[in-house]
Amino acid sequence: MIDLRDRLVLALGERDGIPAPALAACIESVGGRVVYAATECFV
Amino acid sequence: MRTARFAVAHVPGLVLSGSKPRRDIQAAGGAEVRAALCGALRSFEGAVGYPPHQVVLGTLAPEALREIPRPWHLQPVAGARPEGPGGVMIDELGFHAWLARADTARLVQFDETFAEEVRARAGNLQISTMGAADLRRAIERRAEPLYLGGHRLIGVVNPAHDEDESLAAPVLLENLAAKVTGALALRCLLDGAGEDPRAAADEPVDYLIGCGEEAVGDRYQRGGGNLAKAMGELAGVRSAGAADIKAFCAGPLHGLLMAGALVASGVWRRVVVVAGGSLAKLGMKSRGHLVAGYPVLEDVIVGMAIDVVADDGRSPLLRIDTAAVHRIADGTAPHQMAQVLTAAPLRAAGLKLGDVDRYAVELHNPDITEPAGSGDVPARNYQMIAALAAQAGEIARSEVPAFAEAHGMPGFSPTQGHIASAVAYLHHAVAGLTQGSFSRVQLVAKGSLFLGRMTELADGVSILLERNPAGESERRAR
Amino acid sequence: MDLEEQGRIQRLVEAGQRDRMVVLLGTPNASSTLMIAMTLTQGDPSFAGPLAGVPLGLPVYHILEDDVKKAIPADVYEREVGPMEFVLDKPGIETALAKVRGG
Repeated sequence: MIDLRDRLVLALGERDGIPAPALAACIESVGGRVVYAATECFV
Repeated sequence: MRTARFAVAHVPGLVLSGSKPRRDIQAAGGAEVRAALCGALRSFEGAVGYPPHQVVLGTLAPEALREIPRPWHLQPVAGARPEGPGGVMIDELGFHAWLARADTARLVQFDETFAEEVRARAGNLQISTMGAADLRRAIERRAEPLYLGGHRLIGVVNPAHDEDESLAAPVLLENLAAKVTGALALRCLLDGAGEDPRAAADEPVDYLIGCGEEAVGDRYQRGGGNLAKAMGELAGVRSAGAADIKAFCAGPLHGLLMAGALVASGVWRRVVVVAGGSLAKLGMKSRGHLVAGYPVLEDVIVGMAIDVVADDGRSPLLRIDTAAVHRIADGTAPHQMAQVLTAAPLRAAGLKLGDVDRYAVELHNPDITEPAGSGDVPARNYQMIAALAAQAGEIARSEVPAFAEAHGMPGFSPTQGHIASAVAYLHHAVAGLTQGSFSRVQLVAKGSLFLGRMTELADGVSILLERNPAGESERRAR
Repeated sequence: MDLEEQGRIQRLVEAGQRDRMVVLLGTPNASSTLMIAMTLTQGDPSFAGPLAGVPLGLPVYHILEDDVKKAIPADVYEREVGPMEFVLDKPGIETALAKVRGG
């Protein structure tokens, strides 16, 4: 199990995978901080 | 929803002006890229015979693509014509003639030889011409070159202002291309070619709703818009007012929703939702195509027009009462989008996922997206919807692939953003819901708002189309 | 990952606190996972971007990994990831990450 608490996280999401807001919700739920967030869209 | 028509402009020369090709050509090694692209451009005949294009024109059902081995560009349709019940296709000469017609600001100039060819095809048009040396000088002063088939320089689009980025030549060309393709689709719809004579009756169009993704304006109002009005003017419509809706790829379904609401409430009698295509997306995934030994498949700009009128006892019903929009508080992961756009509105309408005959989702042609590493977009959407059906207990997990196949279709749409988002299927949806045996089609579109950097949100709209019950009882009575 | 994004990430990492930094991916398949993970650990494999030959050496995780799932409250994971665990190519993604980590 990894520990995201107090970590600075770069959330690299993808529209057709898991987008950045969903990644951020997961990260913040365990006390991590999102310092970079981007969602890719290839169409 | 009475009818939908598409105008497909085959413009291989403009691939060089697509966003990705333009950047690649300007970067280091650009000359090789340009040569490779020019060597991989299709002829008009190649584009006409291309099976997915025949699906857009309505002569081939999307499901028929399952019987054609991929890659589809190796299986041209025999006897294919540049028109069908769903729309028309025009070649570069035809497109440039319309470009000249659309050029109200007098920014387009052709060389004299090409101008003659255009006049020979399209009659006496107001065309401004320049000699070869003047064309080269204009390009040095940041005019956008116009190429035929990649090699032959036939003219330029001049910037409208030297210091206004919003009036730079590439922007104006992009907007003119949208204006032309939207107007052509509108013209095709109004001409009612091959249609029920009742529908072609010239009820005046009251309102045009534009829904493309271009940005029309100048430096003080970069996205001012209302290209719909310019399209209407070019198409010869005089009776209508107009406005644009901007919502990325979900624009057309927001437009349909509003058109339906305006007609159902009695504000207007006839509203046409219209959009031009995207020049920026020409050659977007061409790197992958060149590596795979394919021709440049993204060589068409597609416009569309959708006719919305009051219930005529025959045309499919636009069920605006069951429409769903993705809300600000909704999640944007694929399963969350599918919940909001498909599962929830169907449940609210008392329907099961299996009650919908076809889902028109993001219908991007997988021959275009897969070589570029973007996968099969429609297939992913159908997997998601089938997974919802399993989650709801309608089907077993093992039946997920069969459900996806039965209620879905192969992707066929050019990667023209808002065009690929559900609406590319509309002509076939109307056919299936009138002459065919469909009862319901759900249209689902999604918009990647986060690309504009104003929000991390995505967007989506879904609407149900239903067979007109009046038409049904008329059929039974016969 | 486009060149601009490589540059932005490089500047962010070099601005400080890189010991606390971690990448969390939401890529849908093996190939995109491999591409991004390589770029952010060993350097841009296409040798085209600012991170060409620049090993940032950031720890890279994917939201579908079991070790990540275990770290997140079940209700949050169910809401934000839910069925995507089965819809996306989890085995392919795990293989890609193993390749990048194992060398």
